[in-house]
Amino acid sequence: MLHLALFLIFAVICVAGAVNLLAQKHPIESALSLVVVMGALAGLYMLLGAEFLAAIQVIVYAGAVMVLFVFVIMLLNAGEEEHTRGSKVALLFGVPGMVVGSVLGAWVLIRSNPSAKDVAIGSLYGPAREIGKLLFTTYLLPFEITSVLILIAIMGAVVLARRESQ
Amino acid sequence: MIPLSYYLVLSVILFACGVTGFLIKRNIITIFMSIELMLNAVNLSFVAFASYWHVLSGQVFVFFVMVVAAAEAAVGLAIIIAVFRTRETLNPDRVNLLKL
Repeated sequence: MLHLALFLIFAVICVAGAVNLLAQKHPIESALSLVVVMGALAGLYMLLGAEFLAAIQVIVYAGAVMVLFVFVIMLLNAGEEEHTRGSKVALLFGVPGMVVGSVLGAWVLIRSNPSAKDVAIGSLYGPAREIGKLLFTTYLLPFEITSVLILIAIMGAVVLARRESQ
Repeated sequence: MIPLSYYLVLSVILFACGVTGFLIKRNIITIFMSIELMLNAVNLSFVAFASYWHVLSGQVFVFFVMVVAAAEAAVGLAIIIAVFRTRETLNPDRVNLLKL
């Protein structure tokens, strides 16, 4: 019962933040609502027993990535978005289309597994130690490739954001 | 005890919000944030399935998705800065040199 109540609270915060991201005109307000969504998702990860992922979600996503976003918004002095004819057409067809699509998807998901077993609180415990063991045994090669990817991303970001020398 | 489908439905809703934002937003930074929202929606379904099947691998996949998303955010924002420097706009409709 408590589990369901917590899930509903976090889910409502998530959906409200996501809808607010779409409704806001100014990018900084969209960024702040995205932080809300990510914080609520960290709460949902805790409910699912993934405590390491909840911590990483707060540190990496709500912390580092969103700070990067806010920094770029301030750096470029981004104002309110301007509307064109194309954006009105997208608004007219995109919103109803996605509402219909998500309702259809949700209906199929709810219909398809009525007898499936439930996700219990803390049924799978994901502490940092177990994740680390998996990362350095089964997933060692992807882990190393990831480090190379990050190195390339750092260099790419530096090269792209560098001012062109005349 | 929560059915798995609740988590998946929440994931669908978040993903749909991300796709909608990608379609209707006319600010390149907000479009990028919608992509992050979609990645987060997929992460939620990964964690829910990991908890459902009692396999820790799903959480490791989420770890990799987060790493790739962070790298993608760094490179993407650098590209946005480069575009803003040359075109002086954040509206993707105005970045239309390749359009007929």
